[in-house]
Amino acid sequence: MSNQLLWYTTRGAGAVSLVLLSAVVVLGILSVLRIQTAGWPRFLTVGLHRNLALMTLVFLALHIVTAVVDPFTHLGWLAAVVPFSSYYRTFWLGLGTIAFELLLAIVVTSLVRGLIGQVAWRLVHWLTYASWPVAVVHGVGTGTDAWSAWLFALQAACVVAVLAAIGYRLMAGSRDPLANARSSFQSAVDRRETR
Amino acid sequence: MTKQLELVVDRIKCDGRGLCAEILPELIRLDSWGYPIVAPGPILDHLVGLAERAVDDCPVLAIALRRTQAPKAKAR
Amino acid sequence: MKLLSGPDLSLGPERLAAHVQRLGPLPQGGHALVEVLVRSGLTGRGGAAFPVGLKWRVVAAASRGSAVVIVNGAEGEPHSKKDRLLMASRPHLVIDGALLAAASVHAREIVLCIGEGHHAARRSMSEAVAERADHERRMMRIVAAPARYVAGDSSATVHLVDAGVATPTTTPPPPRERGVGGAATLVQNVETLAHVALIARTGVATGTLLITVAGSVRAPGVYEVNAGTTLGEAVQLAGGTSSPARAVLLGGYFGQWIESGAAWSLPIDPHALRDRGLSLGCGVIGVLPTSHCPVCEVAGIMRFLASESSAQCGPCFFGLRALADACTRIAERGTDPGDLQRLQRWSAEVQGRGACKHPDGAVMFLRSAMKTFEDDFAQHPAHQRRSA
Repeated sequence: MSNQLLWYTTRGAGAVSLVLLSAVVVLGILSVLRIQTAGWPRFLTVGLHRNLALMTLVFLALHIVTAVVDPFTHLGWLAAVVPFSSYYRTFWLGLGTIAFELLLAIVVTSLVRGLIGQVAWRLVHWLTYASWPVAVVHGVGTGTDAWSAWLFALQAACVVAVLAAIGYRLMAGSRDPLANARSSFQSAVDRRETR
Repeated sequence: MTKQLELVVDRIKCDGRGLCAEILPELIRLDSWGYPIVAPGPILDHLVGLAERAVDDCPVLAIALRRTQAPKAKAR
Repeated sequence: MKLLSGPDLSLGPERLAAHVQRLGPLPQGGHALVEVLVRSGLTGRGGAAFPVGLKWRVVAAASRGSAVVIVNGAEGEPHSKKDRLLMASRPHLVIDGALLAAASVHAREIVLCIGEGHHAARRSMSEAVAERADHERRMMRIVAAPARYVAGDSSATVHLVDAGVATPTTTPPPPRERGVGGAATLVQNVETLAHVALIARTGVATGTLLITVAGSVRAPGVYEVNAGTTLGEAVQLAGGTSSPARAVLLGGYFGQWIESGAAWSLPIDPHALRDRGLSLGCGVIGVLPTSHCPVCEVAGIMRFLASESSAQCGPCFFGLRALADACTRIAERGTDPGDLQRLQRWSAEVQGRGACKHPDGAVMFLRSAMKTFEDDFAQHPAHQRRSA
């Protein structure tokens, strides 16, 4: 396979992965915010969130495989699973490995959510807020053309979208109408210290 | 043969997200406050697939499928 | 032999020595006692009136030697005073019952759940536990139940003992199968256990019941009556009505309203009441005078029940609030046919859609009120809210 092709595929798949991952994070936030309109039901948010997450893994796989088999990078398969074990751009690539593994944990636990229960699932899912920024930093640090106009614009758009969604989430507060009443009743009948 | 399955909502976990009613409006509607009212009785075969989807898609795992139980004496 | 036989109640708790001298030592618990209880027809006195012997059989079968007995002395019903009276005056009857239960369901632990505000009861039970033999005392501990209505729910007491929070939990599986620490748990009312302590000694039901008479009577309070005594006779025991009575609320806030004319002849007997579609519930008999507006009274109780929702289930929290608001609108601003319809519709939406029986109890209370006071609800004039 031509080196150029592998190299372009790695970068292209990487860019697509970032866009997809950013969309997944935004959709996850929209899901918690219970966003819905007449034409956009809630199950669409959840369904897209899940399907785009799976698609992200596909493009990530492509990104990782083409990077590893590319003779130019001298990456072994080990680098795909052990962070900071490559000679080629050790630090930035290591971040990519971390982001990938976090995402893998999130997706796998989601697939077996019924088995592990809601609480455990939710704890692992919070790792999204680690995985996404690490992926962004990996992209900014590793890419040879990280500062080319199109990639820069793409990354900027992803960051803006996700930060805006997070900002909105923080300001919106809980969408669960029972949250306040439930917690104030709980604290009124909580006797854990006096037992 | 009908599988004799029914949908059961965990009322404490449920926090009125409403996806179940969107996915299976034939059997689930929302009350005046957005919480699901499930039609009683076993689920017809052609709706079981959608029922499974409703169970999977619930963000808080508040709805589940189970075999219909024989009516028990009320014990509290 | 009655529950309140023995020294005068004003003398305070009966000590162990006097208790044993009067009634004899603690009998044996076990399979034989369970059968005696089944034959006696004893039903629970906490509100649900479930046959006690059957319940013990189930817990004994589910127990693997490590069952737990929870003595439910939370008594969160505002007007009920019988449980705290028993704990304050005859603590050893209650403890005997608990020990007999533990032996019969193969339990190693007894938790005495006592309402936080019931200070005399708590003191009395605490001292009584200290008087018992070592092997009995080691099994028992006291846990204070918060003074909230749902804290007396069986699953809430289990949750309190297990996790320190007195909120009801989703009940499959029920506490009798999986309760405290996952073990089979028997939750039994204080008065029920007192009955057991006597039945174990005599072999037969006591034939009496404790009721709390409240409202417009001259001597409100706890009375022990023979089963079959009529409501009218019980009210006479409580000094008779202090003014003409409109209706009686039988069973506390989850109970039923009965027009006074029809109420006086009703027998105070769980089985006879059940045949009439009624229940003694927690044993509170509330007399409503004609001078009190029933709609206003009902609205006040609905507001209370709504505020006592544990806010875990949407239909209960929002539904009871909506029902209470509608009742209050009718009480304060007069009848509106829209509100009457809303009451019917929301009652149907709320019933059976909570994790515990709180919304059901409230809805049935309201339905009974709307039936008994149909005309009052249909034609209520606007007037200022009376203090309920």
